[in-house]
Amino acid sequence: MVTAKTAAAIDRMKRRIEDMGVLSISGIRKEFPGVVALDNVQLKIRPGTVHALMGENGAGKSTLMKIIAGIYQPDAGEILLRGQPVTLKSPLDALEQGISMIHQELALMNSMTVAENIWIRREPKNGFGLIDHGKLFAMTQELFDRLNIKLDPKAQVADLTVAQKQMVEIAKAVSHDSDVLIMDEPTSAITEKEVEHLFTIIRDLRARGVGIVYITHKMNELFEIADEFTVFRDGKYVGTHSAKDVTRDDIIRMMVGREITDMFPKIDCPIGEVMLEVRNLDLPGVFHDISFQIRKGEILGLAGLVGSKRSNVAEALFGVTPAASGEILIEGEPVQIRSPREAMDHGIAFLTEDRKETGCFLILDCLENIQMALITRDHATAGFVDQKTVTKLAEDMAARLRVKTPNLSERVENLSGGNQQKLLIARWLLTKPRILILDEPTRGIDVGAKSEIHRLITGLAAEGVAVLMISSELPEVLGMSDRIMVMHEGHLAGFLDRAEADQVKIMDLAAR
Amino acid sequence: MSNATVQPSANAAKSQRRLPPEANILLVLVGISLVFEILGWMTQGQSFLFSWQRLSIMILQVSVIGIISVGVTQVIITGGIDLSSGSVVGGVAMFAMSFAQVSTYARAVYPSLTDLPAIVPILLGLGFGAVVGFVNGWLIAFTKIPPFIATLGTMVTVRGFAKWYTKGQPVSFPTEGFASIGKGMMPVLIFIAVAIIFHIAMKYTRYGKFTYAIGANMQAARVSGINVERHLIKVYVVAAVLAALAGMVVAARGQTAQAGMGLAYELDAIAMAVIGGVSLSGGRGSIIGTAIGMVIFGVIISGFTFLRLDAYYQEMIKGVIIVAAVVADVHRQKKRVKKS
Ligand SMILES: Nc1ncnc2c1ncn2[C@@H]1O[C@H](COP(=O)(O)OP(=O)(O)OP(=O)(O)O)[C@@H](O)[C@H]1O
Ligand SMILES: [Mg+2]
Repeated sequence: MVTAKTAAAIDRMKRRIEDMGVLSISGIRKEFPGVVALDNVQLKIRPGTVHALMGENGAGKSTLMKIIAGIYQPDAGEILLRGQPVTLKSPLDALEQGISMIHQELALMNSMTVAENIWIRREPKNGFGLIDHGKLFAMTQELFDRLNIKLDPKAQVADLTVAQKQMVEIAKAVSHDSDVLIMDEPTSAITEKEVEHLFTIIRDLRARGVGIVYITHKMNELFEIADEFTVFRDGKYVGTHSAKDVTRDDIIRMMVGREITDMFPKIDCPIGEVMLEVRNLDLPGVFHDISFQIRKGEILGLAGLVGSKRSNVAEALFGVTPAASGEILIEGEPVQIRSPREAMDHGIAFLTEDRKETGCFLILDCLENIQMALITRDHATAGFVDQKTVTKLAEDMAARLRVKTPNLSERVENLSGGNQQKLLIARWLLTKPRILILDEPTRGIDVGAKSEIHRLITGLAAEGVAVLMISSELPEVLGMSDRIMVMHEGHLAGFLDRAEADQVKIMDLAAR
Repeated sequence: MSNATVQPSANAAKSQRRLPPEANILLVLVGISLVFEILGWMTQGQSFLFSWQRLSIMILQVSVIGIISVGVTQVIITGGIDLSSGSVVGGVAMFAMSFAQVSTYARAVYPSLTDLPAIVPILLGLGFGAVVGFVNGWLIAFTKIPPFIATLGTMVTVRGFAKWYTKGQPVSFPTEGFASIGKGMMPVLIFIAVAIIFHIAMKYTRYGKFTYAIGANMQAARVSGINVERHLIKVYVVAAVLAALAGMVVAARGQTAQAGMGLAYELDAIAMAVIGGVSLSGGRGSIIGTAIGMVIFGVIISGFTFLRLDAYYQEMIKGVIIVAAVVADVHRQKKRVKKS
């Protein structure tokens, strides 16, 4: 009789843990000076599920994840890990308790090898207590084989592309064999093909019973991979649902509190003369024989897989790493572009792909970040910056792009990832370019702001700006471009017109 | 704040205003001064702070290095370092003084070039500084050798020049005009003028904004259209010109120049900047901070003298303070990394 009772109790307990999930948090509050980032939020992760965390830029998603990963301490609230209340004192502590995280911003050590980065602080030692490099590389190769990642463990991280770095981050997080794996926008830097690869890895982990928290601003990913999702708005909990039960519009409404209908508000505008012409651009070992034209008012989409060297072409046009041979003509005039400064002299603006490395001045404030490109050419008398005018311009642009920050004197490192991206877009739009080159312009940006940015881009095109837009999000390329240029391993693979283009054709060209 | 968009200006007042970083440093200054005040009453039976004479000596002592420190601050903000300033003090003192001698002195370096108007040696001295600064800047911007190495090279070379210039002989007997730049409270006035000019430059001009941008993220600065190489050269020229100015002030004040002058001034100048909150990893700090750092430095030195601490101890304690300031900086960085 007693045993039957106990058995029932144990059973109840078991069900309760199942029910509570591997990780269950409630009542979490986190304040930063001037901002309540999280206010009484909750989240429950069941083992063997992918749980998407949704919300606008600055909604508090990354902040909560950093609390779970032991980086921030909450001001209030409770964290239950496998049913037990825990405090996560540090990232190491969280890791030891079985929680690992892929950060929104890449955080690898550039000067070390891939293998060293993955096993940092867990390196295999030899008899002398020194790092056993042979074993280290072998372990990495084994991990890569298991995850089907094709990368040299001995490669220097500095030599990798953003997407490759992202794959290393993923491998590193997986290597901990944690019960809870947090992925904060893992796909913002990778293309369709790697996304598929990542999803295969995620499905495998899910089958092994790992609880996965997945943050993304890409709606279609949500339906492809997520089992459940939770929405935050302005630091507050809105709700948790099963992914099967809702539509895309429901989620957007929950996230932004209003309707967003027009996803790609492309304006049909007259296309004028040729603005930029590129002839036989070549950089040995990188890209070869690139020729194309962009007309005034035209948006040329540039698609390709990782390794297609799309970004390198953009960098060559802007003089970051000039091409070795070939011609660049602007409005029919041949021009020399040997540095970003010269590119700007010709009216070119370039939003780079990697906001941390080549974009943000993280320790400076928002205003300085927005105005830095503008003041290199305008708005200064005898070296003195005309701060009043510039501040006004910056504030207007920041408001238009819905930058969420207590004020523009906030340091950029304190902004959420998507809001940092908005600042960079603001920086380049303010320079009033004739030719606008955008490399992954809406990387990490929420749906609402995304359509506003798309509206701004087509608006500029309508004013006669020539736009070159690199994007790994095919719906974005298809929705925004007049023509699409596809690259494959440093070569031009072909052009598609707006009317004929679709995802399959792009992927065919990109993959050959 | 229910809406996602926050109007920057409208909400500025609502958010908690954080104190500027200089406030902390000022607090340190007040704290240290009070400690000496209390120790003064306990051990010497007199006030440390309320002695006009002591304060004016103290501020005079640190002002010359303070001038250098203003230049060094900008270099450190770009993420660099300048080790050559002490040598520039020595080299320029010798060089400028040799064009500032009076005709009544029989053994002038250039007997035919005596009794020149003070502006001549001053311009020559500043020009000398500019050349050294240009070499520093050029090496760092174009050969990409680390600033530490580049300026170590010029440090040794310029000190060598100072010794070679008169084969080790001191150069003395400046004209009235030249000597006046070191008289009385002149060094302090020069420091104040330099500090104000560069405070304004760092805050309100392109020059200052580019300097911070380069220190915060050199690649992003380049992509934003800043001519990083040219700007770095400017910054190192400014630093060396200010060191040259300091060199002439010291020489004028002592009415003599010696090849060994300014020895280790670069370290004191760097220390003042670091104590004043200028971060060795670049992008952060201010002239106001450095000025407060300079006063802290002065208070500590004069405080130890006041307490009759042996000069050897003073040297050692100075070392400890420099290390402490750097440790504080590293600690701040760590906190920042952890936070983000
Ligand atoms: N260290 C910090 N100091 C001050 N404020 C911060 C800090 N970290 C985050 N915040 C603020 O907290 C809020 C939530 O930021 P968080 O990074 O969690 O947003 P997010 O939901 O991840 O957004 P995104 O989709 O853009 O990545 C933002 O308003 C941000 O400015
Ligand atoms: Mg985030």
